[in-house]
Amino acid sequence: MSTKLLTVSSSPHIHQNQGVSSIMWGVVIAMIPAFAVSVYNFGVGAVYVTALSVAFCIMFEYLIVKYLLKKTPTIMDGSAAITGVLLAFNVPSNLPWWIILIGALVAIGIGKLSFGGLGNNPFNPALVGRVFLLISFPVQMTSWPKAGESLLAIDGETGATPLGLLKDGLKNGDSVSQLMGEIPSHLDFFFGLQGGSTGEISALALLLGLGYMLYKKIITWHIPFTIFGTVLAISTVFWMVNPEQFADPIFHLLTGGLMLGAIFMATDYVTSPMTAKGMIIYAIGIGFITMMIRFFGSYPEGISFAILIMNAFVPLLNKYVKPARFGKEVKNG
Amino acid sequence: MFRLFDSLKTFPKGGVHPPENKFSAGAAIEELPLPKMVHIPISQHIGAPSEPVVERGEAVKVGQIIAKSAGFVSANIHSSVSGKVAKIQNMIDSSGFVRTVISVRVKGDDWEESIDRSPDLVKEISIEAKDIIQKTLDNGIVGLGGAAFPSHVKLSVPRGKKAEYLILNGVECEPYLTADHRLMLEKADEIMVGAQILMKALDVTKCIVGIENNKLDAIEVMSQKAKDYEGISVQALKVQYPQGGEKQLIKAVINREVPSGGLPIDVGAVVHNVGTTYAVYQAVQKNKPLLERVVTLTGKSVSKPSNFMVRIGTPISELIEAAGGLPEDTGKIISGGPMMGKALTSTDIPVAKATSGVLIIPENESRRGVVEACIRCSKCVGVCPMGLEPYLLMTQGEKAMFEESENDRVMDCIECGSCVYECPSNRPLLDWIRLSKVKVNTIRKERAKN
Ligand code: SF4
Ligand code: SF4
Repeated sequence: MSTKLLTVSSSPHIHQNQGVSSIMWGVVIAMIPAFAVSVYNFGVGAVYVTALSVAFCIMFEYLIVKYLLKKTPTIMDGSAAITGVLLAFNVPSNLPWWIILIGALVAIGIGKLSFGGLGNNPFNPALVGRVFLLISFPVQMTSWPKAGESLLAIDGETGATPLGLLKDGLKNGDSVSQLMGEIPSHLDFFFGLQGGSTGEISALALLLGLGYMLYKKIITWHIPFTIFGTVLAISTVFWMVNPEQFADPIFHLLTGGLMLGAIFMATDYVTSPMTAKGMIIYAIGIGFITMMIRFFGSYPEGISFAILIMNAFVPLLNKYVKPARFGKEVKNG
Repeated sequence: MFRLFDSLKTFPKGGVHPPENKFSAGAAIEELPLPKMVHIPISQHIGAPSEPVVERGEAVKVGQIIAKSAGFVSANIHSSVSGKVAKIQNMIDSSGFVRTVISVRVKGDDWEESIDRSPDLVKEISIEAKDIIQKTLDNGIVGLGGAAFPSHVKLSVPRGKKAEYLILNGVECEPYLTADHRLMLEKADEIMVGAQILMKALDVTKCIVGIENNKLDAIEVMSQKAKDYEGISVQALKVQYPQGGEKQLIKAVINREVPSGGLPIDVGAVVHNVGTTYAVYQAVQKNKPLLERVVTLTGKSVSKPSNFMVRIGTPISELIEAAGGLPEDTGKIISGGPMMGKALTSTDIPVAKATSGVLIIPENESRRGVVEACIRCSKCVGVCPMGLEPYLLMTQGEKAMFEESENDRVMDCIECGSCVYECPSNRPLLDWIRLSKVKVNTIRKERAKN
């Protein structure tokens, strides 16, 4: 008994057992409902795009870390897989494989590893990839297959997204009430029966993922709910002023990549602020910029840009927005 | 039930809720058989070590003073057994440092005559406030919650300050530990009288006992008893670590924030642990020095998790034997709780005044996880009860940016370990923070000199 070697280390001596990889895979699990709806709507195209994107992201992470950075790749931590899924969720499900390859290279190579890898990248890698593709391949990136049309075809008929229809219609002088006739109902958006990027179409599925991540304490409410609140507030004001020019708040909440962005991309640990107050400011910024782009910008959708812009402010927020501290200072020492 | 739910208070910011594992909660306090030998450290409290006043070979009685307080912040030390002083020697104690101990070979159980050993409750408080403080000093009473701060110092309210509330700490927020819990169940009356004594010494009329809601029986018993004692009430608290921290407890109970760099008295509060309160009762009403205490001996593989009444200086091995022996899979032995306790190097280490528990952790849970990159999840920031940014303090520590750490209030860290507990990347945040605290302290001393 007395010869037993004891472990001696400093306190604390117990630890919650959620490690990095369990958190990352938790996020992946939270994305399953959105993926399922996507497969239901877009058929094999969704599976194909997602599988390719994940495979490419993991491949680039492995190759670059091993041969360029000459370190031990940690591809099993799940972070490259998340980037892969998110990239796929943000592109049409009929995107050619070589564009996905380029997207994955930009996301992992430039977006993540050129800054030093997990924990050091200022911008969300999947969004870096997506925005690069959007600028480089605008045509392929904005022709979506119609939802529910063909379960097996990859090159089905393409159609516009609700936000795209709205934007073009308004440009041609139509009013919101005229356009709403051509656009699926709010309930369809909620369940995801409309065109759009692979993973963004069903609000319900994305909210299920949000619920799971909140329940598992992977993220807190601050970022997603503040974005929802900001979008609702801004769109309500505009809608009340001129309902013929601006769509109603629920439409804005349910369409485009808003839910996907607010739930899965704005909440990315590495590129979002460290304090609750900082998260709220950041999220208000995202909501605001998103709405400004939707209303006045040249793209129908704005959340990707909004998140990237606010990503750039995160170091500033971390520096100047401090947590609420316990006890006011009395004296120094 | 609604009333209880309604009244659950807690501190508002941060904190964690580890699995409680209070295996020994149902085990009544048992008197541990006398050991053959005790090793009584002369430094069991915050402040100057006491000075031995006995010599090798001298015969001592239970309760006899064997080391004298060596300054205002210091405490007397009494023999916990009768017998002969075998040695005054150096030994590794629970702090991990080599410290002087007075080793006494036990013979019989011969007590000082002045000590009242009868179990009768003495309710009437017949001495004056200043004499109460003297009695706690004479009898070597220190805080039994873990920090071992000499009690007479806390009772001496500085000029210009006024105590309004006595807050009794019955929170016992460390997982596994149950010593205070059992004491509240078994010695509620004594604790109540002890509280009255402390109230008299501090000249306050209000005493609030904070107890976490995972000890419903203790809340029940203490609330019942409190009805018979003026000015004492019980406050049920939500279970949230580190509520037993003075600052968090004061915030939870009376909603006041101790300022950074300040003391509880700055907001009119004095906090004493319920175990200390029991010891004060013994000292004042029974003339009994602090020579024994309740220690929880527990762990997942321990065959008989127990609460023992232990003489100070008893080697921990004796407690382990009494609880069914050292489990086969032992990996780590901790003095105190799993969040703030110290890992011990051997089982020969003696129980000191601040030893609230001995926790035996199995091999498979005893090692730290592999350290991974900070994924900036901000969980450490979210759980810090002091509103610090542990990830940042760690980086500053690594880069030797101590001035910055000081500005980011590293000295406010109460070393609760919540940040490390929560970090998914197993980062040794607190190790770096402790280092920075030491460095900042040195810098401050230098500054004061110039
Ligand atoms: S920084 Fe200090 S006070 Fe804050 S959680 Fe960590 S150990 Fe506790
Ligand atoms: S909890 Fe750990 S991984 Fe998360 S921000 Fe803090 S140090 Fe980094």
